[in-house]
Amino acid sequence: MVLANSGARMSSHSHEVTTVDLSQPMYTDRLDTPLPDKPYKEVLSAADKTLQQKEMGPWTKLSKEEKLALYRLKFNQTYEEMKQPTGEWKTVIGGMFIFVGITGLVVIWQAIYVYPARPRTFEEEWKSKQAQRMIDMRMNPIEGLASKWDYQTGQWK
Amino acid sequence: MSLQKPVMRNLLGKRLRFHLPIAFALSIVAAAAFKYGVTEPRKQAYADFYKQYDAVKEFDAMREAGIFESVRPSGE
Repeated sequence: MVLANSGARMSSHSHEVTTVDLSQPMYTDRLDTPLPDKPYKEVLSAADKTLQQKEMGPWTKLSKEEKLALYRLKFNQTYEEMKQPTGEWKTVIGGMFIFVGITGLVVIWQAIYVYPARPRTFEEEWKSKQAQRMIDMRMNPIEGLASKWDYQTGQWK
Repeated sequence: MSLQKPVMRNLLGKRLRFHLPIAFALSIVAAAAFKYGVTEPRKQAYADFYKQYDAVKEFDAMREAGIFESVRPSGE
């Protein structure tokens, strides 16, 4: 692990702060990057080092546990482990519903305290008189409103 | 046991040769459907309407309904 070192920064900190130098190659577990920039374990114990020496020879001599140990030196998680479901979707959906609910409360408050009075053109009487006038002036007589009105009987078709 | 070399060439050509005739055919079908489903009935509806249309009669009916400002219904 490479630590970024700038002496002037550390004076006011009371706890340990490890900073990562992002300009150096990094290890990442990513589905779209099968071979990360550097191996996972860089400080190797003596046993690890002997294992790596053995790796230089024919691989048929390695046991299954040794092969797995060598894999874990290079990589942190397998693809199967990376693909494990995280349950993050529950947080996302839950948070979404919370905010939609808050928005709903805001909308209700608005409907009570902010909206002006309803225009009188929405009343039933006004609307029926309006429709009658539209029929009288033959609005869209071929395919639209007046075409649905039977002028002989005075009823909708 | 090495893998076979994957197909590297003609990928777009193959896709176009398959999808373009289908695209053209579907577009023509869509145009024909719109023509015979929408525009032809509409033209027929207009023709039928105006075959029996008496403009003076319609005007008198509208005048009696009282929607004009220049001519009031005959009663007033």
